[in-house]
Amino acid sequence: MATRHDTAAPPEKEGGAAPGRPAADAVPPAVAKKRARLSRRWQRDMRWSPYAFVSPFFLLFLAFGLFPLIYTAWASLHTVELTAPTDMEWAGLRNYTRIFDDEFYWNAARNTLTIGIISTVPQLLMALGLAHILNYKLRASTFYRVMMLAPYATSIAAASLVFVLLFGRDYGMINWALNFVGIDNIDWQNEKWASQLAVSSIVIWRWTGYNALIYLAAMQAIPQDLYESAALDGASRWQQFIHVTLPQLRPTILFTVVVSTIGASQLFGEPLLFDANKGASGGSQHQFQTLGLYMYEQGWLNQHLGRASAIAWTMFLILIVIGIVNYVISRRLRASS
Amino acid sequence: MTTTLTKPPADPEPGPPKRVRGPKAARAGGQMHAGPIAYIILALFTIGSLFPLVWTAIAASRDNARLAETPPPFVFGSNLFDKLELAWTDANLGEAFFNTTIVAGISAITIVFLSTIAGFAFAKLRFRGRGALMLIVIGTMMVPPQLQVIPLYMMVAELGWTDQLQAVILPSLVSAFGVFFMRQYLLQALPDEIIEAARVDGASSWRVVWHVVFPAARPAMAVLGMLMFVQTWNDFLWPFLVLTQTGNPTVQVAVAGLGRGYTPDQSLIMAGALLGTLPLLIVFAIFGKQIVGGIMQGAVKG
Repeated sequence: MATRHDTAAPPEKEGGAAPGRPAADAVPPAVAKKRARLSRRWQRDMRWSPYAFVSPFFLLFLAFGLFPLIYTAWASLHTVELTAPTDMEWAGLRNYTRIFDDEFYWNAARNTLTIGIISTVPQLLMALGLAHILNYKLRASTFYRVMMLAPYATSIAAASLVFVLLFGRDYGMINWALNFVGIDNIDWQNEKWASQLAVSSIVIWRWTGYNALIYLAAMQAIPQDLYESAALDGASRWQQFIHVTLPQLRPTILFTVVVSTIGASQLFGEPLLFDANKGASGGSQHQFQTLGLYMYEQGWLNQHLGRASAIAWTMFLILIVIGIVNYVISRRLRASS
Repeated sequence: MTTTLTKPPADPEPGPPKRVRGPKAARAGGQMHAGPIAYIILALFTIGSLFPLVWTAIAASRDNARLAETPPPFVFGSNLFDKLELAWTDANLGEAFFNTTIVAGISAITIVFLSTIAGFAFAKLRFRGRGALMLIVIGTMMVPPQLQVIPLYMMVAELGWTDQLQAVILPSLVSAFGVFFMRQYLLQALPDEIIEAARVDGASSWRVVWHVVFPAARPAMAVLGMLMFVQTWNDFLWPFLVLTQTGNPTVQVAVAGLGRGYTPDQSLIMAGALLGTLPLLIVFAIFGKQIVGGIMQGAVKG
């Protein structure tokens, strides 16, 4: 145990606390001065080092997080072209009014919403069920958990390219399998709902296991006696799940909903790569063009950075609205229970 | 001797996992055993998780003609290594691997270091504005990256950094998640008494960080490092915007580029996708347990 103090105590600071203590009232002036200096340094250290420790994060955030956020708002009020980003011309709210009359914007907004719902709702429900099963006493439980996480290790690019092949119209595995149950080949790339379903399935595949682990962690933190008393009251397993597990998981569920919503609103790589030839237009009829893709199309392909900034800010505002709605709902739920 | 010197602060290491495991172990007695249906469902999910990956390898071992037949191939062909080699040279994957390793490595190490000291300050030090600053950190997790790419792109263009790796590295260093993760870990893994003891011995804050916090935080630092490495390795949007396929691509940019050729060789694309994923799959195969533990640990308090 003594060694611990040895490591922590700096040898060069021997004039510090310990040795000087006995002769408190009879210190030579030099030592007193030194001690005063040390204690001043000590105070300064205690006072400022916390700020020193957190400042790198905040400096980086200011430079690469907050400044860009605000500058996006500023740029959205200007006409800016990609070719000359420093050449900004005041445009007032023109970029915004333009968006509201733009049917492609609304199309992209609708697609983002529907793909968001198709990808998030089944994903979280499956994750919940999966977590429930993983919470059973299992043989090789770690094995299953790692397996569920394999898609998370796969990048958007790799996953999207594989799914394009699996969803191929003529030779894809999924259509081949569907033929067995009497469903004709589906044109996954060009039909509206089919394509949105296919894009969503990439998201579902990549994130279900991850969310299941998060739910599982929360489930393991639920005190066992809650279940025991529920069982004593004669609650079935299903009733226990509904009346004990779900209420206890509420904060976690809310957290995953928020995170998934943010992710869904940002969807970019999957639809971009799902029809590589159409690229940013999100399919031949823009049938799966998301807001993220539309922003990219406006900013980088059409080179209107100002307009792209306006799109980005509307996305942010939508997120804030969703956040507030989430918050209100969770307050209501908490109040009602 | 040196090992014994550094050991004591590392004492709490086995503590926290035990504490996490505690309630689980306690309830394991009363926990329900999984029936056959549970195992069947798990098997289905496992197959669903792995199948696209395995099939990537199968498709990469075939050629275009075979992929344009029904039924699709289910077993390996003989072309795997040819295709991998071709993808490696075609997609400039060698350079891409080198670049991505640098980007992900620097980002992960920097994030871990900065997150640990910031997380320590938030968990264990008292200072004015701590609560408010922590709220800001959590708030920054909610800001979507797409709101930032336009000005960042302007900055990068202005500095002439397009196609240069620092354009990708610098913005990736902001990780609110990392700060949050380390704070949560240190809150429970680092007893206040150890810090007090070091203080009594006259250790400055930096010394406390170096000799007490880092040893105690080592397991969490390793997990965070892996998570950040995976995240940066797989990052797509921003590298896609500032790096070009021919300039200085990361793996994701190079792999995405494979899909855009005008005569797409599907098995070649699959070979590229496989190569781009393989390093992370290997990491997961070795450290999967730790990564799972890290994600779950970060989640409970999240």
